[in-house]
Amino acid sequence: MSRIAVLKGGRSLERHVSLRSGQRVEDALRRLGHEVTGIDVGPGLVGRLRELAPDLAFIALHGREGEDGTVQELLELLGVPYTGSGPSACGQCWDKVQAKHLMRDHGIPTPDFHAFSEAAFKDLGAADALPAIEERLEFPIVVKPARGGSSLGVKFASSAAQVPGALIAAFSYDRKVLLERHVAGHDLAVSIVDGEALPVVEAVPNDEAFYDFEARYEIGRTTFVCPARLSDEDTARAQALALEAWSLFGCRGFARVDLMRDAQTGELTVLEVNAVPGLTDTSLLPQAADEAGLGFDDLVARIVELALPGVSA
Amino acid sequence: MRDLMALTAQPQVISLAGGLPDMTVFPPEVMAKVTAQIAAEASARALQYGPTEGLDDVREAIAQVMAAEGMTAIEPDDILVTTGGQQVIDLVCRTLVDPGDVVIAEAPTYPGAVPCFGSFEADVVQIAMDADGMRVDELEETLDRLEREGRRPKFVYTIPTFHNPAGVTMSLPRRRRLVEVARERELLVLEDNPYGLLRFEGEPLPTLYSLDGGEFVIYLGTFSKILSAGIRVGWAVAPGPVFQKLNIGKQAADLCSSSLSQLFVATYFRSGLWAEQLERFKEVYRRRRDVMLGALEEFLGPHAEWTRPQGGLFLWATLPDYIDTTDLLARALESDVAFVPGRAAYLDGRGGSSMRLNFSGVAEDDIREGVRRIGRVVREQVELYGTLTGSAAAPAERDRPDPAPQESMADVVPLPRRAGGDRARGTR
Repeated sequence: MSRIAVLKGGRSLERHVSLRSGQRVEDALRRLGHEVTGIDVGPGLVGRLRELAPDLAFIALHGREGEDGTVQELLELLGVPYTGSGPSACGQCWDKVQAKHLMRDHGIPTPDFHAFSEAAFKDLGAADALPAIEERLEFPIVVKPARGGSSLGVKFASSAAQVPGALIAAFSYDRKVLLERHVAGHDLAVSIVDGEALPVVEAVPNDEAFYDFEARYEIGRTTFVCPARLSDEDTARAQALALEAWSLFGCRGFARVDLMRDAQTGELTVLEVNAVPGLTDTSLLPQAADEAGLGFDDLVARIVELALPGVSA
Repeated sequence: MRDLMALTAQPQVISLAGGLPDMTVFPPEVMAKVTAQIAAEASARALQYGPTEGLDDVREAIAQVMAAEGMTAIEPDDILVTTGGQQVIDLVCRTLVDPGDVVIAEAPTYPGAVPCFGSFEADVVQIAMDADGMRVDELEETLDRLEREGRRPKFVYTIPTFHNPAGVTMSLPRRRRLVEVARERELLVLEDNPYGLLRFEGEPLPTLYSLDGGEFVIYLGTFSKILSAGIRVGWAVAPGPVFQKLNIGKQAADLCSSSLSQLFVATYFRSGLWAEQLERFKEVYRRRRDVMLGALEEFLGPHAEWTRPQGGLFLWATLPDYIDTTDLLARALESDVAFVPGRAAYLDGRGGSSMRLNFSGVAEDDIREGVRRIGRVVREQVELYGTLTGSAAAPAERDRPDPAPQESMADVVPLPRRAGGDRARGTR
């Protein structure tokens, strides 16, 4: 039995999801016989961790606070072992622009993109470059905040007239945004635990004509299929590509890699790597683990074991 | 949106997103006195079940409240006591709505009714509003269209006075016409009236119920905004056959509303203090509304339009149509301020550039500061848009993502009139 602090909640936009992930993890850890304390992350975090002196911090904190590497940095400083990736991997995955540059530089295919800060538009006249970008990426274009999760602020622009509105929306979430080529095809997620790829999950929109990114998070608008409707060869390629990204960023413990498979060309591209993926009852990583024969408690036990070698339930 | 709304309740956030009355306005010593009196005089009754339709004492208090709103012919036996006004909406849906049935509501409508309509799988058709409330002419056109399609709405849901979220009040001619339409077409109307007594200025208008005489109008009242939201006591007055069904539905739902709460209301009303307390609420809310209107003028002046409610708890502000208030909320939360994005009040994705602002539950200084922060993030977005489109702060016509519906709704309260000089003749 170990004393485990589950870090959850916080002030990020994904507080709600994080509280759900955290609660589920706490329940599992208790079933596994650990002494569990849930911590809703706030200004008292360091004091609380010092007082508690846990054997392990289980990070179920999504959004900025849990995924940009800050909490991991803090835990390193306090000497508290924690689940998942370290500060460097988290920081690089969290910023999609940084992540995509890195992938492109290392030959991991990712959809074409251009990134801009709010300042570039205000001070450098970046708006004048929009027509050239639109021509290069072709409509529809996906506009996203550079940092953020759960598809918040992600918009489609299907014409030049829609680009400013989509940019305004994305800038509501971050001061840096990217415009990305839209890939029409299979929307895939490869979950990885300890450097091993789990079965691929595919998000299938229930109404293709009106599919948007919000649909993926709304019950009833998307069906998640596992294993994905892919040939064995494509599955193997998707998993291999996901593992390449995992290694490139130096992930640890567990992560989820989101990919697209172009319906026409069959080309696979990596959209992003989630260093602290959701662990709620509708999240994709637990679904994939389940398909691989790893129930939620087993999954949580495995994640703990990876962070604290030698400790198992 | 749910994820964002979860953050609005954090203590450091100035939340103009709430719908709360300010219960600090209610004197604690009165609460102590009333509860002590209940304990001394009616302890066993307060702790016991009561009849489904409600305790007689509270029904008398309700008759008093209705008389104060000009409905003098109400007998206590006509009244079904419920657990808050919200239960009336639920019971009416439960009684009347089968999956796929049409329910008519205003656009925007009360955000709290949206999940209720959804849970009964109603097909909600929303009718636009302007400064005079629901557009009854559009209602009639819609009813004609539905009739041609062979679909008969189960009821029309309306908040005619100090609308939540729009902040507008239905004019007397529209009220008369709506009641006529209901009668001509034998159509039930659910009149939701939580705020009627919270009038800060202007002459009170007759309720739909009093104009109709209770034949086709189901009346929903509540003590939430005139006494206490926490005691959860509301009521319905309905035409005979509907009343019976609501009663049966209530029995199934929760047998009866809390006896303790009902006795609280009854005991308090016997003290005769309620009229005075109502004045206190009105005075506080009127001042807060004025502060909010002043702050809007100062901080959002050229970039928004808003309604000027003569009472109630809310107003409705509309930004340029390229700003999506759901996204804007993320940026506003960074500045620790919150509002309800307009989309929450629609079932069809409209309302994207509007927001509901509450003035009743927030202190005057916080209202001003909250609106100042909203003004700042809006200004940032407007400037950025200007930079992106190479236009001045006002967007050009061609940048509207979908101009058609905007134009057809040009005179409607909740939708923006953004193009060129139109702004000059706004609703305020």
